Amino acid sequence: MSGVRVLVGTKKGAFTLTSDGKRDKWTVDGPFFGGWEVYHLNGSPADPDRIYASASGGWFGQVMHRSDDGGKTWNPVGNDFTYTGDVGEHLWYDGTPRPWEFKRIWHIEPTRDDPDTVYVGAEDAALYVTNDGGHKWTELTALRQHETGPRWQPGAGGMCLHTIILDPVHKDRIYVAISAAGAFRSDDGGQSWLPINKGLRSGEIPDQDSEVGHCVHHITQHPSRPDTLFMQKHWDVMRSDDAGANWREISGELPSDFGFPIAVNANDPETIYVVPIKSDSEHFPPDGKLRVYRSRTGGDDWEPLTKGLPQSDCYVNIYRDAMATDTLDPCGIYFGTTGGQVYRSADDGDSWKPIVRDLPAVLSVEVQVLP
Amino acid sequence: MIRVVLPAHLRNLAKVTGEVQLDMPGPSAGAGPVTQAAVLDALEARFPVLLGTMRDRNTGKRRAFVRFYACEEDLSNEPPDTPLPDRVIAGEEPFIVLGAMAGG
Repeated sequence: MSGVRVLVGTKKGAFTLTSDGKRDKWTVDGPFFGGWEVYHLNGSPADPDRIYASASGGWFGQVMHRSDDGGKTWNPVGNDFTYTGDVGEHLWYDGTPRPWEFKRIWHIEPTRDDPDTVYVGAEDAALYVTNDGGHKWTELTALRQHETGPRWQPGAGGMCLHTIILDPVHKDRIYVAISAAGAFRSDDGGQSWLPINKGLRSGEIPDQDSEVGHCVHHITQHPSRPDTLFMQKHWDVMRSDDAGANWREISGELPSDFGFPIAVNANDPETIYVVPIKSDSEHFPPDGKLRVYRSRTGGDDWEPLTKGLPQSDCYVNIYRDAMATDTLDPCGIYFGTTGGQVYRSADDGDSWKPIVRDLPAVLSVEVQVLP
Repeated sequence: MIRVVLPAHLRNLAKVTGEVQLDMPGPSAGAGPVTQAAVLDALEARFPVLLGTMRDRNTGKRRAFVRFYACEEDLSNEPPDTPLPDRVIAGEEPFIVLGAMAGG
């Protein structure tokens, strides 16, 4: 029977949670990199023993780590994320120009076929790639140097490149999302970029039709339907069926369309999951009820999933990279909270159980299916 | 010989326990002065994993929440090319790298 390994990044280290295919009994290992903020860990689809981790902190900056044995042991790799060429300026919160300044790596996206080739997204927003397993990182400068770059402005959490999708069909197509610049697509392996924000509406910016300035929180894609994208924006849940060229709102009757993560069921490209959060200032579930909402129709119609989740006095948040789905059938869904709980469903979201309850605040959750 | 005390996180990264000892000849052996920058250069050369963890890779500036102490003095804001105290150069006192009191 195949197994699963859940990779959890927290405010104070990383953890791995492992189980067999039943996903009922779990082993918790860690903390790894105790004391460091682990914004993300992610495993190589080509070699599940190869895992990368981003550890950072206010004291000692950014360190990248790599495991070649499924997370048992780790070694630091390269951490030189120098911006290439003219550093340039973006807008600061007060509207004044400010030079790009590297702060940390938010997201790690290993390629499907090569464990040594990995993309990462940085704050301040930039995209880097390694082809040697993380020792040397090279910036794909066309994104940061996009003509709209001087108008990009950070969201409250920083100007982070937090979403990277490597298209499974179009070999040179990459999607990224940046808070609060918006979503961008490259069709030439990162040599040029197109803002893909048409149809997004953001009350926080004066020009609703602006091609940049939207606070995209997360984007997901089902590999069998690569032109369909689902987005959780600052407010609004959105969908595109033309590779991001146009977006339409699919929030329906969600109790709040604010939130951070969005995920798609591995076995059905029209089944998606969000976790509504009350508002941009009240980062907790409406009414103190932790509810995952599922749509089986690709949006618009949503049902609350509550079995096994706290339905009173719950005031945690779920960050943008803290929800993941496995590829088993029925699909497993996993998410972590700022209260340190990691919940799992092994039945498409119908019911939930905590795997672990008392970790540091969870920043990210990924899942690997093991042979 | 210069003795360097690293904070726990950097000891873990460098895979060392206890003090680090650096052979730095100094002016008496015809080398340049033993300065804060020279010690950090030598430390990073021996443990490349520490690059970027104490000083910004590009500007060379001390990271905001890193401190350098020696002989019960805070040397953090001394110019990097200032020679270290004689007792540090003589190996009688360690050069201490630590994280500032800024936990979170």
